[in-house]
Amino acid sequence: MSKELWKGNEALAEAAIRAGAEAFFGYPITPQSELLEYMSRRMPELGRVFLQAESEIGAINMVYGAASAGVRVMTSSSSPGISLMQEGLSYIAGSEVPVVLVDIMRGGPGLGNIQPSQGDYNQMVKSAGHGDFHSIVLAPSTLQEAIDLIYDSFELAFRYRTIVVILGDGSLGQMMEPVEMPPFKEWPNERPDWALRGAKGRPPNLITSLYLGAEKLEALNLRLQEKLARIKAHEQRHATFMAEDAETLIVAFGTVGRIATSAVRQARAEGMKVGLFRPITLWPWPEEALDALLETGRIKNILVVEMNAGQMLEDVERIVARRVPVRFYGRMGGAIPLPDDILPILREMQGRPAGEMAATEPVLA
Amino acid sequence: MERSVVFAGFGGQGVLFAGQLLAHAAADAGLHVTWIPSYGPEMRGGTANCTVVVGDEPIGSPLVRHPDMVVAMNLPSTDKYEPLVKPGGVLIVNGSLVTRPIEREDIQVIVIPANEMAEKLGSQRMANVVMLGALQEAGDILVGMEDLEEALRNYLPARHAHLLEANIQALHAGAAFVRERALAPA
Repeated sequence: MSKELWKGNEALAEAAIRAGAEAFFGYPITPQSELLEYMSRRMPELGRVFLQAESEIGAINMVYGAASAGVRVMTSSSSPGISLMQEGLSYIAGSEVPVVLVDIMRGGPGLGNIQPSQGDYNQMVKSAGHGDFHSIVLAPSTLQEAIDLIYDSFELAFRYRTIVVILGDGSLGQMMEPVEMPPFKEWPNERPDWALRGAKGRPPNLITSLYLGAEKLEALNLRLQEKLARIKAHEQRHATFMAEDAETLIVAFGTVGRIATSAVRQARAEGMKVGLFRPITLWPWPEEALDALLETGRIKNILVVEMNAGQMLEDVERIVARRVPVRFYGRMGGAIPLPDDILPILREMQGRPAGEMAATEPVLA
Repeated sequence: MERSVVFAGFGGQGVLFAGQLLAHAAADAGLHVTWIPSYGPEMRGGTANCTVVVGDEPIGSPLVRHPDMVVAMNLPSTDKYEPLVKPGGVLIVNGSLVTRPIEREDIQVIVIPANEMAEKLGSQRMANVVMLGALQEAGDILVGMEDLEEALRNYLPARHAHLLEANIQALHAGAAFVRERALAPA
């Protein structure tokens, strides 16, 4: 029996350790704290670094320092904590050092609550700080996918010298599911040649995001843009479910993506041609794949479902470019959209009577 | 084929653990399963619940508005979930703490004195396992008694190891209660 029941936050921590995380700096915040707690036990056991900082700002700057030394370093937090980290994340992006960041989203704005949310889509996908940059943003919908994505995140971060974000929500962090843990990854001993390891016998390296001259800062920005274009060309990922002959397409990510598979199954049982398109990378958004589906001419309309007010909706509308109508259903503040909520909308979109509208009082995790 | 179960009660009644036992049993039987706790403000109010979805296909939604089955360990949980059980579903009520009549007639209702039964077997704290045994007998949770027994053997925390045999008895006592009730004249 290779599958074991794991809790989301702990599974992410163990998978990151097996992926080769050498250092973790963080600060506790619900609904992500079990990740940090797990790290506090497990990292010292393996002779690796765990440090609870004085705040999220301290944590992200420790991460910045370790990343500058070419160390495989990560942190994790939840929405308000991520907001605090934004300055550091921008410095990290400007300095082009590799970092893995886990954001287990909770309800906002402000302190909000500790229930699941997808309200950080804009914050993580559009830009996690000032200036022109994007992180690679991965949005797992199951614990196994979360493990698989974080397992490869250090390679991605080092390949592109970028921030890689695992964007989950409170329910992903808190739930349990049977998963298969991958083996411990072997890494070579050498550090990248850009890393700050002591310059004895070689010219010194410089890691900075400060370029006072416009010429140099523009050159950095052009290099960043060129890198983002490469990421966009090579790293778009998505999954579909019963989309081959679908006329109505749900577009949803993360937890809502998996919930939507239940809605698709129920719709199919009623004879409706409904499918799901689930972006796995939110940046780069898998626009080529959605575009290709639209080009078949089979898709008659699209329903975007999110646990926010329609943050991803803007990206979908941009890609769809008015070729078909796009509807939106969103829940906020910790409420989770359920298949019962989605089904009546699908019926309408398929030209059927909506039937009894579901109760809309929130079902809470 | 998919089944959803909500376990609900006061914090400390072991509802999260009862759900985990079902989840472990399902996972070890090679089924797909999700377990998701309430971890928000409800828990602060003194009640806890978790939702377990078991199936032979990958689980979509880990949460449901109308569960197939509910295990209600106290009155607030009974009040909350009695109206939500899917028609034709199963409601297991802890009769030790819930004395009001259950009104739903379109579901199967089992009222079981779980605290007293557990107490007799050694500890009232096994009421959750009595209820789980009753659920296994009354509803189709896709896992067998032997799977739940195995889950107890494998996942009962070490500090409770001395209660393992008593827990296994509690599981069977819950199931036996349901069987006997089914045989009794109405």
